[in-house]
Amino acid sequence: MKSTEILNGLQVSLTINRLCFQLIENHNDFSSSVLIGLQPNGIFLANRLKNSLQDSINNIVSVGSLDITFFRDDFRRKEKPLIPSVTNIDFSIENKKVILVDDVFFTGRTVRSALDAIMTFGRPSSVEFLTLIERRFVQNIPIKADYIGKSIDTIKEEKVSVLWKEEHGKDQILLHSPILK
Amino acid sequence: MEGRTWKRSNIIAFTHFEMKDLSTSHLLGIKDLSKNDINLIFKTADSFKEVINRPIKKVPTLRDVTIANLFFENSTRTKLSFELAEKRLSADVINFSAASSSLNKGETLIDTANNILSMKVDMLVMRHPHSGAAKFLSEKTNTIIINAGDGTHEHPTQALLDAFSIREKLGDVNGKKVALIGDIKHSRVALSNIFALQKLGAKVMVCGPTTLIPKYIKQLDVKVVHNIEEAIKWCDVANMLRIQLERQNIQYFPSLREYVTQFQLNKEILEKVNKPITILHPGPINRGVEITSQIADSEHSIILNQVENGVAVRMAIIYLLAGSVNRG
Repeated sequence: MKSTEILNGLQVSLTINRLCFQLIENHNDFSSSVLIGLQPNGIFLANRLKNSLQDSINNIVSVGSLDITFFRDDFRRKEKPLIPSVTNIDFSIENKKVILVDDVFFTGRTVRSALDAIMTFGRPSSVEFLTLIERRFVQNIPIKADYIGKSIDTIKEEKVSVLWKEEHGKDQILLHSPILK
Repeated sequence: MEGRTWKRSNIIAFTHFEMKDLSTSHLLGIKDLSKNDINLIFKTADSFKEVINRPIKKVPTLRDVTIANLFFENSTRTKLSFELAEKRLSADVINFSAASSSLNKGETLIDTANNILSMKVDMLVMRHPHSGAAKFLSEKTNTIIINAGDGTHEHPTQALLDAFSIREKLGDVNGKKVALIGDIKHSRVALSNIFALQKLGAKVMVCGPTTLIPKYIKQLDVKVVHNIEEAIKWCDVANMLRIQLERQNIQYFPSLREYVTQFQLNKEILEKVNKPITILHPGPINRGVEITSQIADSEHSIILNQVENGVAVRMAIIYLLAGSVNRG
């Protein structure tokens, strides 16, 4: 495997800031909008967006975390059961504008599951999807992101890993590619 | 609630889609489970408890699984709880009860089970009056069996939901002192509880009339007393068991009135100890016999929490076992 840096720490924070301004254009002061991070890795991004948004709009932004394990389409296609993570949405999403947040947009199946999962909490007025990295041309289902940090062209065998300061001590996004012989 | 914070270990586990599994492919008794199995069931049940408190309490996970509930013995709570758990997981459910079946026409257990399985059923939940029936069926049929109570042997899902409820109320089961009070001899709940609590690190005491405590019980490393006050003084948690008159073919104590005076949990006994005792009861309650109404409905009673947790725990067990259902 060969690893290449897609974004460094500074670029990650610039990208998050840009995404925040795009969000503010559509959601004003976030009084009727909420962020929902998808477990496990969307949570870091959702919290970063929250902090950055709160600095800009001077209002509280609600953030929840959503686990989609029970809504996946590959249960029993894996060898062993998938163990769920925690869902924590301590506010109503009824008639709210929901923004689903995940770090990498790959096959689209996670977002498909998340759409089903979020509807069990009520009927949002709209649902959008924000991703830090969009991997183009590899989606399995017709879902598109509304807010994109960076689009990259990848093949299926490649892997994107997102490192967060909270978890790994620094922000960095890497692309791991198999070495072609 | 444990896990509300995103622990490093969880995140790493999830990033790599590391999957854990139960060490058994059936749930026949707590005796076969490891401590890790129980903790895995609890962790999964935490998630399901959150699910069943959502406005829409249903997940699509098991929409291609069919489960048959075989009840060869009466049940209200357990049957409803299993059925609800299965439905909340989107499984297809069929119910069978002995009273209205061909069993009366002389069909054997294996034949009954195999006929049901021929209808492409993936999992059987069974309650049976004979100890060992679930194990027997697991050996003779090719399916997943969940024991919903077999004779006076085990009732594993009840023990798991009892321990889950203790963990929820007191934070942990490890190190807690739990007294099982009442008819130990005929109680499958007692045996399963002893196994589950000990595996989780609790100390267990049984208390009841000498005639209703089995002789072998000391081999299980439990304390035995015959005085309820002594038990209450010792314990943090009291699990009150029902006198199972339907299983008693001889008289084990002189009269119900005498049992009440000797072994009933009431306000007077609880007032003698100066500490809160968490009270459980697996149901059905005989109010005024093993426990007074006042205590059953008091703030320290978690009897109704047990029922709510029962659905979440059973969802977790079915979910974890369904992973090995053959597809196609």
